[in-house]
Amino acid sequence: VIAQHQIFAFTAALLVPLALYVLLTVPHLLRKIVALNVMASGVFLLLVSVARARAAGEPDPVPHAMVLTGIVVGLSVSALAMVLARRIYRETGDTTFYQAEHEPQDEETRE
Amino acid sequence: VSGAELFDLVLAASLVVTGMLVLTSADFLRAAVLFIAFGLLMALAWMRLLAPDVALAEAAIGAGVTGVLLIDALRHMEWEREAFAAPREAPPPARTGSTARVRVPAGAAAAALCGAMVAAAWHLPSTPSDMPTRVRMQMEPLEQPVTAVLLLFRSFDTLLELGILLLAVLGMLVVRGRRGLGTSVALSPPRDPMLEATVRLLVPIAVCVGGYLLWLGTFAAGGAFQAGVVLGAAGMLLWLSGHRGLDAVRPWIWQALVALGFGVFLATAAAGMLWWGAALAYPRGSVSVMVEVLEGAAALSVAASVVVLFVGLHPSRDTSGGAGR
Repeated sequence: VIAQHQIFAFTAALLVPLALYVLLTVPHLLRKIVALNVMASGVFLLLVSVARARAAGEPDPVPHAMVLTGIVVGLSVSALAMVLARRIYRETGDTTFYQAEHEPQDEETRE
Repeated sequence: VSGAELFDLVLAASLVVTGMLVLTSADFLRAAVLFIAFGLLMALAWMRLLAPDVALAEAAIGAGVTGVLLIDALRHMEWEREAFAAPREAPPPARTGSTARVRVPAGAAAAALCGAMVAAAWHLPSTPSDMPTRVRMQMEPLEQPVTAVLLLFRSFDTLLELGILLLAVLGMLVVRGRRGLGTSVALSPPRDPMLEATVRLLVPIAVCVGGYLLWLGTFAAGGAFQAGVVLGAAGMLLWLSGHRGLDAVRPWIWQALVALGFGVFLATAAAGMLWWGAALAYPRGSVSVMVEVLEGAAALSVAASVVVLFVGLHPSRDTSGGAGR
């Protein structure tokens, strides 16, 4: 029988590498921002699982507070990244870091 | 397998599947909507892991605001694509996306990380932590451990967090090349009578819920950040519906609100250094008052920052190629 915190720790162990792979390989900037967010969720999941694993009754509030802070920082980072992505799009007409020869549409379907 | 275990297993599987779809779905709009669903599933997971504070924040910020920003960014990129389709000269051919040269090392890194994290998940420490008791013993006169950690024991984190939020707003202004923080309704999308009526009903409720969450934070799950985001969402709705209410908030008021949380925190830190022995120390006997002031300031700042970031992300008329009103 598997413990509850282990179920979610394993979920995190799948989500973080998947998101990292997408973050590194998919060129579309909005997709990178989404991947960053999924990766952050995975890290938070591991942190809160640690708090749950060591809980004898009430779980440790410190990781919870850290995750709360992390969620707000994640929002700030995503918002700034989206402004930058839009600026890149406005300047280059491209949704990636590269000046790709494909239309942005091709970029999407190629994934 | 008990019912609770089954629920956790199904929830974990849904998280992985939804996460996969968010990351790989070819239609980006679908990915953005699924991202909201992913955030709500995460909120459920937080509840299962006995973290209701995190669940509230995830539902409001992770699923709500980030999801809205994503869909919004996507929509505007599409508008701009149409607006720019004709005059733009073909971009010079350059490096293509990801080739095997990128994919192989990225795959290897991801696999290594997965192995390390699975190993960590196997060996998660399970010795009971005495931290909850220690926090409870020293958090007098506060009643909520998470609030106590955020504003008493690790208030430096919260100070920096508000600083990062402020930096995001400043970064947005720099990248957009804007001078002020006006949210002129003239820039908002076309009016829609259904939306206006709905918003008129929803905004008072959102304000009440925000205030309630702020008050709740003193003794139960809730607090400044959750309250601020709910208030900010009300502001986003007001602006989207073209309501004149936001015009009453002058640009300098937006600036003051955005800077308020970080400013009050900094002032508290400085006062603590000067008079009470340490940065972010509070005078004896006034801890609850100080925490309430800091929480109120943080909530207002979060709300204003969310509105300003959302409105600032919208292309103004000079950039949207006639997409404005």
